[in-house]
Amino acid sequence: MKRSELLSRIFIMVAVLGAVGAPLFVWARTSLIHAKIAEDGGWNPDVIQANAGEPLHLKLTSDDVVHGFAVGQMDMQSVDVLPGKVSNVTLTFDRPGIYTFFCTRWCGLNHWRMRGTIEVGGSPSDPQSVSVPLYISLNLDIDAPHDSPVVPESKPSAIRGYELAANSPILQSLNYYRANSPYQVFDELSSTSLTESQRWDEVAHLWQSNTTRESLTNGQQLYAQNCAACHGENGAGNGVFADDLAAAGELSMQTMAGTDNMTMQTPVDFTNPTRMLGASPALLQGKILRGGMGTGMPMWGSIFTEEQIWDLIAYLYSFQFNYHRGESQ
Amino acid sequence: MELTRLPFLKSALKSRYPQLAVFIVMLVGYVFAILAGLIGTPVGSHNFSIVFVWIAWWAILILVAVPFFGRGWCAVCPIPLPGEWLQRGAVLNPPDKKPKWLNLRWPKALRNIWLQNISFLLLALFSSVLLTMPNITAIVLAAMLFAAIGLSTICERRSFCRYLCPVGGFIGLYSQTAPIELRIKDKQVCVTCEGKPCYNGSQAGYGCPWDVFPGGLTKNTYCGLCMECIRTCPHDNIAINLRAFSADLAKPSTRIDEAFKAFIMLGSAMIYAGVLLGPWGALKDAAYNVGTSAWFIYATIFLAIIFAILPGFFWLMISLTSRPSPIRRGVGVRAFASLATTLIPLGLMFWVAFSLSFVLTNASYIIASLSDPLGLGWNLFGTANAAWQPMLTSILAPAQMLALVGGLIWSARTAQKAANEVKVSSVPIVIYCFITTLAMLWLLL
Repeated sequence: MKRSELLSRIFIMVAVLGAVGAPLFVWARTSLIHAKIAEDGGWNPDVIQANAGEPLHLKLTSDDVVHGFAVGQMDMQSVDVLPGKVSNVTLTFDRPGIYTFFCTRWCGLNHWRMRGTIEVGGSPSDPQSVSVPLYISLNLDIDAPHDSPVVPESKPSAIRGYELAANSPILQSLNYYRANSPYQVFDELSSTSLTESQRWDEVAHLWQSNTTRESLTNGQQLYAQNCAACHGENGAGNGVFADDLAAAGELSMQTMAGTDNMTMQTPVDFTNPTRMLGASPALLQGKILRGGMGTGMPMWGSIFTEEQIWDLIAYLYSFQFNYHRGESQ
Repeated sequence: MELTRLPFLKSALKSRYPQLAVFIVMLVGYVFAILAGLIGTPVGSHNFSIVFVWIAWWAILILVAVPFFGRGWCAVCPIPLPGEWLQRGAVLNPPDKKPKWLNLRWPKALRNIWLQNISFLLLALFSSVLLTMPNITAIVLAAMLFAAIGLSTICERRSFCRYLCPVGGFIGLYSQTAPIELRIKDKQVCVTCEGKPCYNGSQAGYGCPWDVFPGGLTKNTYCGLCMECIRTCPHDNIAINLRAFSADLAKPSTRIDEAFKAFIMLGSAMIYAGVLLGPWGALKDAAYNVGTSAWFIYATIFLAIIFAILPGFFWLMISLTSRPSPIRRGVGVRAFASLATTLIPLGLMFWVAFSLSFVLTNASYIIASLSDPLGLGWNLFGTANAAWQPMLTSILAPAQMLALVGGLIWSARTAQKAANEVKVSSVPIVIYCFITTLAMLWLLL
């Protein structure tokens, strides 16, 4: 074989093998977290290992549409995960535990199923006490019907209620507010000489006095990011996914009793006074923490902090009561 | 004008090294495109395989290579290389000892471009998936590479390029319009040449890989511009010439397989314009959801347009309105094929107009993909985050209009020549071209 032929063959082999080998080598050493809509698999991998106190570098990419990445109960800005692009995130966990990461973009009907866990190892330097959620300590059955038998004729006003509050027999403590539904308070006020409308106004005032402007703003933000897709921007249960959820029916839902035994539920209408005025903040806490168990309502306990859930609940009641901005504490 | 008179060009074409250097670059790019399709991001707009094959390569092919260089792409195409090297037992000059492959002749019944018509249509029917899914593109690229290798061990010469390649068929058809040709200088030299090394090979080079005797070349259609005959001709009787556009169309082909290739390309350009650029979501869904009943309806309509509606309408136009009718004179099929030559410049300009639209819309993906070809987060040239931005939008519509009107005028002139050959009126053919151009204008603008 001529020298030129041999050299040419060697050059071709090196070039072709290099074109395959070099990218393969880099590809094999690049660990990407792939995001796909839940119907196509969600996050991959969906379990990530980390160590407390050590920075965790993540490279995220989307294989289909725009997704978002955030870790529950962690103070971080959501990161957009764009199709074909790589987003870098560095996280440091103070304490060991199992954290939930989730999609923050309304990527599809089963968007809320896009979740994964980060298992953070290490010894806890500062053990935290775990508080029992209020709905558990109150022993509430959060799946029991809780409709309000009476509803106001018009939206109760916290401002009018404020003027009546001076003579109110109602205890204005936080625990009282969280443990009782608006209807229970309304009912308790029946011993007073107030009209029905005035009693509802006083309830509205009580609800407003147990929240703050910051809390409502924070709740509104959380609602817009996480709840409005199904429950609607205006709380009426008519979010962009609501129709799709109804159309998808049983196929899109999970139930412990099997699909045959399941009743499809549409997203709750927070503007419906019968339902909302019969629910206590503690009951709503339970529903948000645990989720709807087969109704399509996800569990948020691993994502929202306790404070965030109370903020969200405060905002949900604003669909029922007219709050005056200047009046909230 | 004979370009091979330029000493630099002639020595560059006679030497194997410049071509080998281009071959290696192309082969590396091709293999990398397969790899990128398999391991890179499944997001087509950020994967090298989609961006460089269906945007960059296609733009170069249809807007530059085919119109100006004819089969120029075939001269540097990497697909047949591994098979050809295996078949030859060498990557440079012919070796002392040839490898023993089967070297069978291609079956006589298949010595036409019907298989190329079918292979193109197969890709066209799945194009919505092929153009958007990198792994499918990778599989198709790999399949073509392996098919070419396999055929090289069974059949002689470049059987894949000549009879199977889905791209080679239309490049050959449209190469007739290109202002460049490879031809002999003096026919008498070829007649008296002993051994015909340009066809049979010699120590200086290989016999024509495209199974063409250069001495008989009158059209570009089946000359792959591989330059082998320039190396093997002992009489320096091969030239690369600059010529007028569409010189080959003055003598229309009478082959029905080539005529149908013209209809396939014309119809495909129109259907692509509707599916890929049009506002019809249901049509896009049908084309994309391969295997569904909607797709089968789409495929049936696709084939009906190409094999029945377009040729049927053409047939009607020339048989009902031409006086005297070519059918009545008993030259029907040959006349039909000759007159279909008219559709070659028209189809080419349809493709130019269509390609301008999606190439200019998507060209900015090339810049980003250069820096991050696999979607792994690289930034090789600092352009990975270049935003998608349609290019030259202000001139797009005028350029498309110019291409279509230019194509219509070009095809009208071709129609006159073809009609003279068949001795019929060119008017119905021009009307046909006018109506299809109007349809394409509506689809694009």
